[in-house]
Amino acid sequence: MRIETKKKLDLIFKGFLVLTAFTSILVTIGIVIALLEDTIRFFNHPEGGGFPSSLIRFFTEKEWTPTFVTKKIGILPLLCGTFLIAGIAMCISVPLGLLIAVYLSEFASHRVKEAVKPWLDFLEAIPTVVYGYFALLGVTPLLQWFFRKFDIEVQGMNALSPGIVLGVMILPFTASLVEDSLRGVPHYLREASYSLGASKLKTAFGVVIPAAKSGIIAAYLLGASRAVGETMVVAVAAGMYPNLTLNPLEPVQTITGYIVQVALGDLPFLSFEYLSIFAAGFLLFLLSLFFNLMAIYVKSKVERY
Amino acid sequence: MKENKVRFKEKLFEIVGVLCLLFVLTFLFSIILKLFLDGLHRIFDLKFYTSYPSRFPQEAGILSAWVDTIYVMIGAIFWSIFLGVPAGIYLEEFGGKGRLARIIEANITNLSAVPSIVYGLLALGIFVYRFKFGESILTAGLTLGLLMLPVIVVTTRESLRRIPRAIREGAYALGATNYELVFHHLLPYSIGGILTGVIIATSRAIGETAPLLTIGALTFIAFLPPPPWEDFIGMLKSPFTFLPIQIFNWVSRPQEAFHKNAAAAGFVLLVLCLILNSVSYYLRYKMRKKYQW
Repeated sequence: MRIETKKKLDLIFKGFLVLTAFTSILVTIGIVIALLEDTIRFFNHPEGGGFPSSLIRFFTEKEWTPTFVTKKIGILPLLCGTFLIAGIAMCISVPLGLLIAVYLSEFASHRVKEAVKPWLDFLEAIPTVVYGYFALLGVTPLLQWFFRKFDIEVQGMNALSPGIVLGVMILPFTASLVEDSLRGVPHYLREASYSLGASKLKTAFGVVIPAAKSGIIAAYLLGASRAVGETMVVAVAAGMYPNLTLNPLEPVQTITGYIVQVALGDLPFLSFEYLSIFAAGFLLFLLSLFFNLMAIYVKSKVERY
Repeated sequence: MKENKVRFKEKLFEIVGVLCLLFVLTFLFSIILKLFLDGLHRIFDLKFYTSYPSRFPQEAGILSAWVDTIYVMIGAIFWSIFLGVPAGIYLEEFGGKGRLARIIEANITNLSAVPSIVYGLLALGIFVYRFKFGESILTAGLTLGLLMLPVIVVTTRESLRRIPRAIREGAYALGATNYELVFHHLLPYSIGGILTGVIIATSRAIGETAPLLTIGALTFIAFLPPPPWEDFIGMLKSPFTFLPIQIFNWVSRPQEAFHKNAAAAGFVLLVLCLILNSVSYYLRYKMRKKYQW
């Protein structure tokens, strides 16, 4: 091959690489355009009351019924449901994740680690709809049986059961991130602590965890972002009723659950219902972006050893 | 005396740690067991795999679901490799520390944390209504492909990073062009790692329900798409269903008989994911043995 053709081929090759790398930016732009444009249309739609008043109604009304004849567009019940379930999930995931990560990185033998890791990976690979099935038909009956002993009625759809399942679901993800940041703590810190006579436990909780603090917080922020954006578990097991409540035994609806509910029905292009899922989705996008940026910010504060 | 107390505390913590692990593993096994027991008599029923969904739970099957799932996943794998591997090569080998590369890198990190249902809204707003691809296998494959993209880019970069610099310098010193370096050296050495990433991304994407739900996957579909060797465009434009969506549809019905179908289909999906995961483990192990720099 002549050198000129080779040079040309090389240029084409490099151009192709740059082009494909650039598609990821196009995807982001596509997401923002698709969401933003229809969100603006949503707030301008006459059924929502036109621009300034629809935005006020969005944040002040206490009911969310864009699919009904009388349209109320207060996002609060959906936000409440989303954070209720994500909160329950984090209550499970934070302590368990920390304990498992500390145990695996500081105490467990190599053999235990090698034996457990594949199963944790597998837990992460289970399809979310299967988790949903388990929440609805496995955990909820168990909770009903448990709470009946205290004469408390648990409804078939509730926030507690998907919250618990979600907590276990994001656990392998957060635990492995926490473990990574624990492992990032240099050994001389541990050795210094031992030489001062501290026990293994004292070293783990008094030295290693504080040293890895920012990494751990970043891991949990990413976990929270996942819990907020998770869809199928809540769509199956949390119910389809936007409910402004903090009672975990009642059915609630999350932002993602609402999007699924509407998407299941017939969806005429640019109808009010169609636009409402984009407004809800845009809010979800901003929420997860907020958590992710927080995680990046916290991580940037990481101490370099 | 005090030493004993410290020992005791340490042992206690170890027990707590093991208990936490056991709790999580119990959770995992009870999911598998629950699906298996609930779906038992459908899992071993051959008709379950060869019949279309039906109003009657005993006759309903997952034929259209698994066939469409294969079509969609082939599309998704194609798009994610076509877009992801070159992007990974660019970022790792030629991007350097330039501004463009840094922006793309941050962007990909962000994309990997976007909730999957947002990809569904992207597909609904852009592919279905603006590009007019319709609610088709093409749209579904493209959507899942974009969802897999960040994983592929990251694993491509990681496996390229493991190749020593001497290889690149040697190739350049002998007068190789960039594409010769990539096709003759970098890709052959890193193909195992890339393949592992593709398999892991596939096993994630095959369980995705939300993004395909929003673009309007059907839940009651009693025909197969035309085979691609007869009518390729018709196959791409054909409406589709997806295994997890079939499961979701069956779970959300009130009749218990349908729940059994959901459990059986869920078990099939779970086994598929387990197989994909094991293959990726095996590949990673093999590759680590083959190339030791």
